[in-house]
Amino acid sequence: MNGKITLAQGSGGKAYRELIQKVFLPAFFNEYLRPLTDSAVCDGGERIAFTTDSYVIKPLFFPGGDIGRLCVCGTVNDLAVSGAIPKYISVGMIIEAGFEVKTLVRIANSIAKAAEEAGVIIVTGDTKVVEGGSADGIFINTAGVGVFTKERPPVEQKVKLKDKIIISGYMASHGMAIMAARMDMEFKPPIESDVAPIISLVDSVIKSGCKINAMRDPTRGGVAATLHEWITPDIDIVIYDEALPVRPDVAAACEILGMDPLYIANEGIMLLSIPECCADLALKSLHSTPGGENAAIIGEVINGSGNIYSITEYGTKRRIIVPEGELLPRIC
Amino acid sequence: MFNIKSSLKIKDIQRKIAELAWGIGKITIMEVCGTHTVSIRKYGIQQLLPGNVRLVSGPGCPVCVTDKRDITLALSIATQEDVIFTCFGDIMRVPCDGRSLYSLYEEGKDIRIVTSPLDALTIAQDNPKKQIVYFGIGFETTAPLTAALIEAAEARGIQNLSVLSAHKTMPQAIIHLLKDDNTIDALICPGHVASIIGAHAFSFVPEKLMKPAVVAGFEAYDIMIALLGIMKMLHDGERKCMNMYPRAVKPQGNKEALSLLYKVFEPCDALWRGMGKIPSSGLKIREYYKKLDALSKFNININDDKFSINISDEKLKDTKVTSDVMRNGQDETNKCICARILCGKNIPPDCPSFGEACTPANPLGACMVSSEGSCAAYYRYSNLLHGDIG
Amino acid sequence: MCLAVPGKIIKIEDGFAEIDYGGISKRVSLRLVENAKIGDYALVHAGFVIQILNLDVACELEKFIKDTVDFTDEDEK
Ligand code: SF4
Ligand code: SF4
Repeated sequence: MNGKITLAQGSGGKAYRELIQKVFLPAFFNEYLRPLTDSAVCDGGERIAFTTDSYVIKPLFFPGGDIGRLCVCGTVNDLAVSGAIPKYISVGMIIEAGFEVKTLVRIANSIAKAAEEAGVIIVTGDTKVVEGGSADGIFINTAGVGVFTKERPPVEQKVKLKDKIIISGYMASHGMAIMAARMDMEFKPPIESDVAPIISLVDSVIKSGCKINAMRDPTRGGVAATLHEWITPDIDIVIYDEALPVRPDVAAACEILGMDPLYIANEGIMLLSIPECCADLALKSLHSTPGGENAAIIGEVINGSGNIYSITEYGTKRRIIVPEGELLPRIC
Repeated sequence: MFNIKSSLKIKDIQRKIAELAWGIGKITIMEVCGTHTVSIRKYGIQQLLPGNVRLVSGPGCPVCVTDKRDITLALSIATQEDVIFTCFGDIMRVPCDGRSLYSLYEEGKDIRIVTSPLDALTIAQDNPKKQIVYFGIGFETTAPLTAALIEAAEARGIQNLSVLSAHKTMPQAIIHLLKDDNTIDALICPGHVASIIGAHAFSFVPEKLMKPAVVAGFEAYDIMIALLGIMKMLHDGERKCMNMYPRAVKPQGNKEALSLLYKVFEPCDALWRGMGKIPSSGLKIREYYKKLDALSKFNININDDKFSINISDEKLKDTKVTSDVMRNGQDETNKCICARILCGKNIPPDCPSFGEACTPANPLGACMVSSEGSCAAYYRYSNLLHGDIG
Repeated sequence: MCLAVPGKIIKIEDGFAEIDYGGISKRVSLRLVENAKIGDYALVHAGFVIQILNLDVACELEKFIKDTVDFTDEDEK
């Protein structure tokens, strides 16, 4: 199939079936999709985790990933950090008439590959076509279901006094990759996004047997935003500037564009709050898992009054505030 | 990343500063440059200083000192048909009567953030049917870059590009601000402005304003040795302009950049937000490059703080903007003390709106707009834990 | 004002220099400086080299500081 997406392909008629048969089924095919009925019928568990997210991103393809990989990883990671085992996802697309079929195939293949990597099955989907100019190329929504088991109960998501804060890898890579691509910075080599499923990292920590008080993937708003979701009025969270892992190219890009890596989005790392006694164990299991080599203890939870601050390399303190507004590159 | 390697430890410099500051009473030091403000907060420099040494921020943020008239001009040009408006990210959110370049961008106007003036040239070549306007903001550090853009556009005969210049020069503003001042004991002068205009260009500080000055870089180390220099002078009762950033600043500056700057621009009076009109503190495009001047391309007549422009947006037609309110130090509402903060007479926590009615997400005054505006920098980095308002 | 970042010149071509920032490099204009050489450290602001860094003079400054302000006292004890 070639050419461009037409409004007819969103109409549910022959053109629609052709699109499904020629683009999506080859990429996504599995036993759940085969019947092509109204709902997927799947096995579940006693308790499930259920999440959804919509993906609009410019550019659609960026170093290290694309909207397809992103829409799978984003949803799967949200499930994973809840403690659940991600199982199924849905893919809903809103495509602008005139969109290149070739590009759509590329995105579909990327979705399929990411789903395979994450070990989730695409059980249902939907496609709508809108008039040219009313969507920015393509919007994708994915929803996901994960299951909990006796051995894998939901994470409580409450940081406790004396917890250590652990990050599973380099931060700020996704946000800087997107910003550099959008601004045509022409860095050599281009900055790559970290977009990836973090399931194996989550598994490694859970399997190590260490207790997890809170676990999040610090996407929009970066690590700072997650810390602000965790803070309660009776504690302070302290971060050590020197412990923060940032890839050298990302650090340089942050400096050039006037950005603070703490506020930049990530798509392939997680932030954990782990009781002091288990922290070394958690770190060790992350270090021995692919993708977790750069995990680090970056801070701790102490007695306090709802402040989040970092200790600079000079021993001084600086407040980490709630991220606000879209980050724009600075020149002054 | 390249970093200055030093055998001097911050801790030792800190100790020396404390020794020199001992017994000389309350000292107030102004950092003129907004990038210094950000570095000082980021590294927590105030916390490294003895209790009697206080740092205050001056007018050093070219975004924030951009007058409402110039923002309104930019907004009116950006709303015209077939215009692609290009600017640095910093200026996007500066509010003016409830609108900003960012709000126009959200409405779908073609406004593009650039990270170098030369990006505007590329955009112009890629969009021959559009008029590309570049908003020139910045002091002597950035103005030569705009000059290079204009020079290149002229050399290549590019017809669909023009520049709206709100460029400013710094020494006049400092003199204007501090000529009758007796609250500031010494100045930290902007290292990157000085790398263009030279360390000597700041010798007016000891000579005319009778205050010691240092030209400083932006690493924690740079700022600490600059403060050490200041404390040494204050301690010894000396008044000089010391160049503490010689790796980037020559006594005479960057001649190549300066000659290009004045080939393209000439001095003019300029409006500063919070300070009003300061004679020959602005840069306007010379007659020779008139075709590349947005003022002439869009038939804009400026008469002090009023201007008229023949444009397509009905709402902004013949916009008259008065800056009188700001001259009294009152911006937007009576609740903003930006002008006093600009002059170093107050610090942001003194403002009743700080952190309440006025936050980076919803700024009342200029000081909260740019991330290096004093109020925004305070909001971001101030350490409430130690009651430290440095 | 004026975020400027230092980097090393690794290539010069048609009035532009390739600057290595450690990990990434980027092409910037040399229009504002004379006599830039490969290997020089340069200060870059918004896509332009605005000054070639002089590292020798930075060492001299450090010597000068050490001479003017006596740093030896407590440290050595
Ligand atoms: S806090 Fe806001 S209102 Fe107060 S001076 Fe600063 S900018 Fe103006
Ligand atoms: S906002 Fe702050 S940095 Fe900007 S001009 Fe006002 S006082 Fe200066």
